Amino acid sequence: MSTWLRNNRLAALAALAFALISTAIGLVFFYAPVDEDGLNQKIFYFHVGIALTAYACFAWGGWKALRVLWKRDENADLESYVAIHQGVIFGALTLVTGSIWARYRWGHWWEWHEDQLVLFFVLFLFYAAYFMLRFSVPPGPRRVNLSAVYALFGVALVPVSILAIRLSQRFIHPVAFDRGGPNMAGSQFFAFCVSWAAMLVLAATLYHVELAGKRIDVRLRELREALR
Amino acid sequence: MTTEEKYVAAAYLVIFAVVLAYVVIIGLKLQRLERELAELAELARAKQAAEEERRAVAVG
Repeated sequence: MSTWLRNNRLAALAALAFALISTAIGLVFFYAPVDEDGLNQKIFYFHVGIALTAYACFAWGGWKALRVLWKRDENADLESYVAIHQGVIFGALTLVTGSIWARYRWGHWWEWHEDQLVLFFVLFLFYAAYFMLRFSVPPGPRRVNLSAVYALFGVALVPVSILAIRLSQRFIHPVAFDRGGPNMAGSQFFAFCVSWAAMLVLAATLYHVELAGKRIDVRLRELREALR
Repeated sequence: MTTEEKYVAAAYLVIFAVVLAYVVIIGLKLQRLERELAELAELARAKQAAEEERRAVAVG
């Protein structure tokens, strides 16, 4: 079994992601109760899970960037790039699902006075600009070093973005977690944890799929050069 | 369907659509890689045939 898992790690990860997403949807709609916020609150389970997954992707990209600069790990550059790409995709999903929730709850799509929203948007734009920087420099050590330094700078924004809602004096964005723990019923917290795990496993699956594609791309380019 | 239900459905559909779009993009990329691999295999075969021909001429 363990040999099969080792050989089919990606397939196993994809199957786990599918199982977790199905379970999470079931729990969100049929197990977790509808609270005073109404049915609209069902968006929270995936919205927050996706946001935390985006942070995890950015942190993973930062860790790989650190390995590029510290250990001169050649593979880490591509891993950092793919992790940040995943983070931007999940970041965009956070902004869109959050806006849909806000449109119903607050009556408008965006609130510029809300620190949590604006800081997340800044973090998203910062990492979106990473691709502009990366592809404006020709391939080589300079691109690798610049991308790694930029990715590391962005990681500093992650805790600021997470803490903003707690540091802010005035906010209307709901607080899911505070010093006392989760602000929700046990069944809601369980559904949230499964949803978050589902998003993390989905991100891991997409990360490995994209990374495999990028590595094949690099090897094909090397092969083309060798055959010339 | 109430307005609230529509918003919830929209949020979940957006997530589904993005994941689907991602899978389609990866699928297209895999097709491109497959084409490139076929081209390279053809190039390697042609190079090998040319090399064998050159050797045969040198021996003859």
